[in-house]
Formats: sequence, C-alpha cells, structure tokens
Amino acid sequence: MSIARAEVAHLAQLSRLALGDEELDHLAGQLDQIISAVARVQEVAADQIPPTTHAVPMINVFRDDVEQPCLEPGQALAQAPAVEQQRFRVPRILAED
Amino acid sequence: MDRELTRLTAAQLSAAMAEGEVSAVEVADAHLARIAAVEDRLHAFLHVAADRARAVARRVDDRRWDVFTTTDMPTTCGSRILDGWQPPYDATVTRRLRQAGVVVLGKSNMDEFAMGSSTENSAFGPSRNPWDLRRVPGGSSGGSAAAVAGFEAPLGIGTDTGGSIRQPAAVCGLVGVKPTYGGSSRYGLVAFASSLDMPGPPARTVLDAALLHEAISGHDPCDSTSVDAPVPPVVAAARQADVSGLRIGVVPELSGEGYQPGVLARFSEAVELLESLGAKVVEVPCPHFGYALPAYYLIAPSECSSNLARFDGMRYGLRVGDDGTRSAEEVMSLTREAGFGPEVKRRIMLGTYALSSGYYDAYYGQAQQVRTLISRDFEAAFEQVDVLVSPTTPTTAFPIGERADDPMAMYLADLCTIPSNLAGNAALSVPCGLAPEDGLPVGLQIMAPVLADDRVYRVAAAVEAALDSRRGGPLLDSAHGLDTGEA
Repeated sequence: MSIARAEVAHLAQLSRLALGDEELDHLAGQLDQIISAVARVQEVAADQIPPTTHAVPMINVFRDDVEQPCLEPGQALAQAPAVEQQRFRVPRILAED
Repeated sequence: MDRELTRLTAAQLSAAMAEGEVSAVEVADAHLARIAAVEDRLHAFLHVAADRARAVARRVDDRRWDVFTTTDMPTTCGSRILDGWQPPYDATVTRRLRQAGVVVLGKSNMDEFAMGSSTENSAFGPSRNPWDLRRVPGGSSGGSAAAVAGFEAPLGIGTDTGGSIRQPAAVCGLVGVKPTYGGSSRYGLVAFASSLDMPGPPARTVLDAALLHEAISGHDPCDSTSVDAPVPPVVAAARQADVSGLRIGVVPELSGEGYQPGVLARFSEAVELLESLGAKVVEVPCPHFGYALPAYYLIAPSECSSNLARFDGMRYGLRVGDDGTRSAEEVMSLTREAGFGPEVKRRIMLGTYALSSGYYDAYYGQAQQVRTLISRDFEAAFEQVDVLVSPTTPTTAFPIGERADDPMAMYLADLCTIPSNLAGNAALSVPCGLAPEDGLPVGLQIMAPVLADDRVYRVAAAVEAALDSRRGGPLLDSAHGLDTGEA
C-alpha cells in the first residue's frame, strides 16, 4: 500500500469531504492504485529539468484599471443559499466557547 | 424538410440563410423537432431552451443581433452542487457566439466538471452514442458530440482538458478541435484544470469546425492566459485541403499494445492516404509521451482540487446541513460530500495528496518536470516535421458501464490526446473510417505547433475530402443507432 486508510481520512478532511466509511474504504483502494501508476513520473523527472506550469508562458499580464459596471447586490445575491440584510448568510465560523 | 435541414452542415445552413432560402426560425424549429424526436433515446442535453432559441432565431431573422441579455439558462457542469444555478454573466465564448448570431439550442450533457471520458460521471445520467445507443459517446463533452452526431444541432461547444473534445468527436465520427492553449478565452468557463482547459468545437465537417473556431477565438482581456496574437487562418486552411509537400510525423509511442487492431488498421490507411496525397511521412519518436498520462493525472487533479475549493456552499449552489448547530466547515464538508460525484471526489483527493506537504516535490513537482520533457519532445519533432499524427483514441466507443468503476481503465481513453494539453499545442481529430471488428468510428489525431492551428485543419480537410469522395458521402450517413422507431 502506498497510501494508508488513515491518510486517506486525513485527505478527506483537508478536502472538506464528509466521506462515509464505506466510501473511504473504496476510495483508499482506488487512490492506492492510481498513485502507484502516476508515480512513474519519477522514472524520468530530474532536478536539472525546469518545471512547466503553463504551456504558453506569460508573466505580469495586466489590463487597464478602468471603472466599469459590475453586478448589483441583488444579482450577486440571487443564487445565494441564504441571505440576510443584503449579505450572504453563512454558518458560524468560530467555536462557541 | 425538417430532417433535411438538420442534415445540412453549418456552412450550408449559413449560406442558405444568407440567400434567404431558409430562415433562422425554420432552422431552429427543425433542430428542436429533431431533439423532440430522438432526445429520449440520446440524452445529449441537460437543458433545452426551445422558446429562447426561437426568440433568438426571430431576432437573427430580423437582423437585431445586439439585444442579448445575460444568460438565462442553468449552468450545472453536470453536477448536483450546481443544480439549477443561473450564472450572472456570460462566458466570452457565449458572448462571441451570440454576437455571431448563433442560436443556442440548449446546454449539453457532460461528465461532472468535465472529468471523465464517457459522460457516465454526469449527475444527470449518461448520453448515448448515435452509432450504437448501448455505447458511450465519449467525454467529457459527450453530450455535445452526441447532439451533433445525432443531428440535434449542427455545431457544439466543448472544453478539452485532456482530450474532452477530440475523444468524443473520434468515437462519434465527428471533427473535434483543441485550439492552441490561450487561443480562445476561458473567461466564464467553469475551471477544472486552468493550465490545460481549452474551449473548442465538435462539428460534422472540418470547415464547420474552422468557422466555429474562428468565431470563438481571439484575445480576451478578461483571461490573463489568452494569447494576444492573430487567430490562425483556420477557415482558409480548411478550404485549402492540400497536403502536397507537407512533412508529417508518425509518433511510434502512440500505437502498439493496448490499441484496438481496427483502430491501428484505419490509422495506417490514413497515413498511406496522406502519403498518396503528396505528404512526406516519417516516423518521429517522442520518447516521453509514455509519461504524459501519469503526469496529467497529477497535474490535472492538483489544479482541480484547488479550483473546486470554490464550491463551498456559501455564496451559490447547494448547501447541506445548515441547521443552526453546525460550523461553516462542517456545512462545507457535508455540502461537498452530497454535491460531488465519485470521480470528482477521487480527483480532489488525489490532487490534495499530490499538493500536500512532503509529497509536493515527489508528485506535483516531478509531473511539471515531465511536462517540460513532453514539450521538448514536441519542439524536437516540429523541427523535423510540420505536423504529427496518431490515432485519437486507443479504442472505439466502449459499452456504457464497462469502465464506470475502473478509473485507470477510463483514464486510458485519453492516452493519445493528453500530450497536446500538457504542451498547449493545437490538435484535431478527424474521422478516418470505421473499425472493421465493430463498425464504429475511428479518429485520426493531427497535432501542430503552438499557434499553427491552421495546419491541423489543412491536413484534416485533405483527409476528409479524400475519404468522402472514396466513400461517396459523409461517414455519418452510416450511423444508424437512432434509425429504429423514427418516421
């Protein structure tokens, strides 16, 4: 096994996925198989090879800072799961103690 | 008459409308009637906007093209997490299509967030292949391919991150194009893997693909990765259809074991055909292409895990478990668990792993080095030849369900298409016949350097013209999967 079940559970937490036990078991096996397969990159990768992040490299792409129309509050909030006082209402972000 | 209209190419329809022989409303109605007749069997669409399509068609007939408002169709990406979501703005591609007077018939089906090769990962059920309804139409843009191959629409739009336009085009008997990265804008395209995603056309002919390619392409200040260069002359190249004197390289790494014999047979014939049309064919090794698939399945999931972090149930889309007792983090985890399907979860987990501290250098970092090696293979190859060719897919369309729970088997469908996503160069798939063992379409992939998109059209148009003339008509005339039960 290249990846342990406990590690998969930790990844689920990092990924904000509330996976069930059965799903976790199933995924652990599949991830193990996929990771073993993709690890083949290590056969040819080497330190002196520069990494490619984008196929057509471009740096510092800016456009002019021009004032233009943007969404009205009503449009921005139209698809929100919950709205209060013309704002996105979200669940509590701090613990209660 | 309706059926005849749906059999016309986009170029023919456009000419007929310009001549006043047919109206945009008649064209829209013909396609809506075709959709009504076959959609229950094909399931190519997630949303059909019949009334809106007719309204837009009326405006096209009145030459009032400038009155379009923002989109009023749901954008779901085939995912429960965006079920019913209506975007507040148009993608640049959508805006350009509307400016060109293109009538949008609806939104087509796809693998959830464009992750898959069959549309089986759509939360709304798979689309079917018009050649054989028991088989997949490819993916992720399989709904677009099914709609175009099934004559529900003359043109489609897809996105290609690892082959998601070319692979469905190949297995549905269509032309499919991934333009040079940055050639058309990603603004308003829901991101899967930002350094790889590119919108492009599936179409029934090379010329139709070129016309759509030209309509959606060009620099867009809203996309910082959009290339500020003239659009390559793809329409002229599609009309040129001449390969005499062109140097064509066959990639030996993209053939052999694991490839269906009928796919290889049609591919070899296509290469011989190109030679007979005056091209000079040589073999050009690309030694690192064998590592493209593993590099892709580190890079794409890494970018996916980052991009899909935005689906947190806070500002739009699904929210689950917000009962007043749970924290934002718990609600996010419950929402994402309920909203994403298995393949999306797999890739988010894989990407999170590849990017996590301690593994970053060994996986994501090394995959990016392999990406450099693949670009170097292309650069060396294009010093010797003008274009490279390979089969588009190792096999023809596979039966629905065959690979659904075997991710590695599913990933192999993109074996030949991935190198061009990693290197960003232009690539196209054009039909090159039917595999003798199953009678299903085979695609020839043509790859050209960055911003030399016109070359892939030139070669594809020559192949299309020669094969159509040899066959006495378009390949799609042999697709009979939808014939049963149709008047």
